[in-house]
Amino acid sequence: MRLSPLTRRRLAAFRAHRRGYMAFWVFLVLFTLSLFAEFIANDRPLLVHYDGHWYVPVLHDYPENTFGRSFLPTEADYTMPAVQRAIRAHGWMIWPAIPYCYDTIAKDVGQPSPAPPSWKHPLGTDDEARDVLARVIYGFRTSVLFGFVLTAVSSMIGVAAGALQGFYGGLTDLLGQRFTEIWSGMPQLYLLLILGSIITPGFWVLLGFLLMFSWMTLTGVVRAEFLRGRGLEYVRAARALGVSDPMLMLRHILPNATIATLTYLPFILSGSVTVLASLDFLGFGLPPGAASLGELVSQGRNNLQAPWLGFTAFFVLGGLLTLLVFIGEAVRAAFDPRRIVE
Amino acid sequence: MSPLLEVTNLRKHFPLHGGVLGRTTGYVYAVDGVSFDIARGETLSLVGESGCGKSTVGRAILRLVAPTSGEVLLDGERIDNLPNAQLRRLRQRMQVVFQDPFSSLSPRMKVRDILAEPLRNFDLARGAALEARLVALLDKVRLPRDALDRFPHEFSGGQRQRICIARALAPEPDLIVCDEAVSALDVSVKAQIVNLLADLQDELGLTLLFISHDLAIVEHLTHRVAVMYLGKLVEIADRRTLFTAPRHPYTRALLSAVPVPDPTAPRNRMILTGDVPSPIRPPSGCRFHTRCPFVFDRCRTEEPLLRPGAPGQLAACHLEEMPAVAA
Repeated sequence: MRLSPLTRRRLAAFRAHRRGYMAFWVFLVLFTLSLFAEFIANDRPLLVHYDGHWYVPVLHDYPENTFGRSFLPTEADYTMPAVQRAIRAHGWMIWPAIPYCYDTIAKDVGQPSPAPPSWKHPLGTDDEARDVLARVIYGFRTSVLFGFVLTAVSSMIGVAAGALQGFYGGLTDLLGQRFTEIWSGMPQLYLLLILGSIITPGFWVLLGFLLMFSWMTLTGVVRAEFLRGRGLEYVRAARALGVSDPMLMLRHILPNATIATLTYLPFILSGSVTVLASLDFLGFGLPPGAASLGELVSQGRNNLQAPWLGFTAFFVLGGLLTLLVFIGEAVRAAFDPRRIVE
Repeated sequence: MSPLLEVTNLRKHFPLHGGVLGRTTGYVYAVDGVSFDIARGETLSLVGESGCGKSTVGRAILRLVAPTSGEVLLDGERIDNLPNAQLRRLRQRMQVVFQDPFSSLSPRMKVRDILAEPLRNFDLARGAALEARLVALLDKVRLPRDALDRFPHEFSGGQRQRICIARALAPEPDLIVCDEAVSALDVSVKAQIVNLLADLQDELGLTLLFISHDLAIVEHLTHRVAVMYLGKLVEIADRRTLFTAPRHPYTRALLSAVPVPDPTAPRNRMILTGDVPSPIRPPSGCRFHTRCPFVFDRCRTEEPLLRPGAPGQLAACHLEEMPAVAA
């Protein structure tokens, strides 16, 4: 791919922002690792060699009687000592680094939950005897993915709404703006309470609900760019050439709005992560049992005698948000015309 | 042969909003009853001072602004009231070249994309045929072929205006409106672009509406000239008649203001006093009466109509009916 000189200068400015550039790589590595959470923290082995056959429990479900006649044909539970003994007797198995999934209840702690950090559980267990490290890895992934999807979809809607308002102006603009003002005054939390009393919101329901309110972040700035853009001479020229309205918006005006939009994105992302965490903290977020950083915070509050919960939640959430803000700063620096233009 | 473009009684009044409620408190009478026609293959120049409404006439014809009233006919068909969908197809037949070649090209598009846009837009060419047409366009406007993969900022003003002209030529239009197309250019470049336009007209049989405030340029390129003052046509005539025997006092004043390269040449300048009145409250009667050196009572009350003078010449002046005074 050939990059234009401007793009190259922007990339250079992004790299020159040391803190942001480092944060970008750290975040990328952590996020990529968390995408493979199943291979890092799981309550089933990665690979089983049993009676000369290969099994990949991390990807497939096998009935338990695969590993011995005495078992039932239900799904194999590899945490059971009997199963482990049976497999070891006829072969071997490789476990992930952390032999617990986010919802595995550790039965071998021998201490009341939440148990303090130990060699088996480097970050201890939570009040339901689940491994905190495993939950953090899965929770990190959920938070970031949720943030990504929310950011992507809400920016698309926000940009489209802003573009239409700015481009057509007049009554469209007036009605759109008044609607945005009224809509942004809606008490989100109470609506979510009502929603939560009717159904248990899952990942997608929650996403859709937050989407209804989060699209407004970008509308204003995009609308302003389009108001300016539609008066530009080359946009008028394109209109006189007979270019259709959607094309005018996409090809001629939108490029002017991308910088403002891109600069906002990392901050919208960190905002989305925060919103999910705070809803989880209040108990209105993801369903109970789901791995979530917000839920860990609330556990930390409920179990002040177990400070590893609170500290873990604080450092993970704080670290994630710090990384995102640093990346945001670097992106802003990269698109700052005062730094880019010689 | 019927004219390619007929404009009848075109008006464009921009409403003024004032007060807390934003009610319409008045109008800017930018164009107030303008009629003319252009034959196929002809160049008509529209001249006048800044703010006389000449650009608005061009924009109203192109429907970049909606005319308040009046009719615009292209090839005998009314186009001033077409719905948007049909208007978009019609734009293939009328194109425009704007004044400022620096702002009228998108800085983010390569010349290739700029020129291909109208072709793709009207689905006139694709693939290899598209490429061939792009190259042909560059040749027409005398630009090097490697220009295609460069961005507008890599070109000079004159070259950019050539790109604008190529873009206007791309869909093979009948009519091109040149809205002060050479005003922003240096004198030497100006001449090149004017010559290019004249050559293109010969080659392609283009019809041009050339909007300009520069009579010296107009004289080089036009067949006929229409002079505007404060939203109205004051005189329209073929080039020779207008430049040798102008009838309206305003035209004479404009002509006497054209710079002459020879400083020793005797000049008989007719200097107008005062400013152009506001188009929000145009003067009663003849709009030129506040500045006309030959003003008399009738001018203040009665609006003069365009009357024929020499063949092909129309002038709106009460003096026309008083041959003794007009001399």
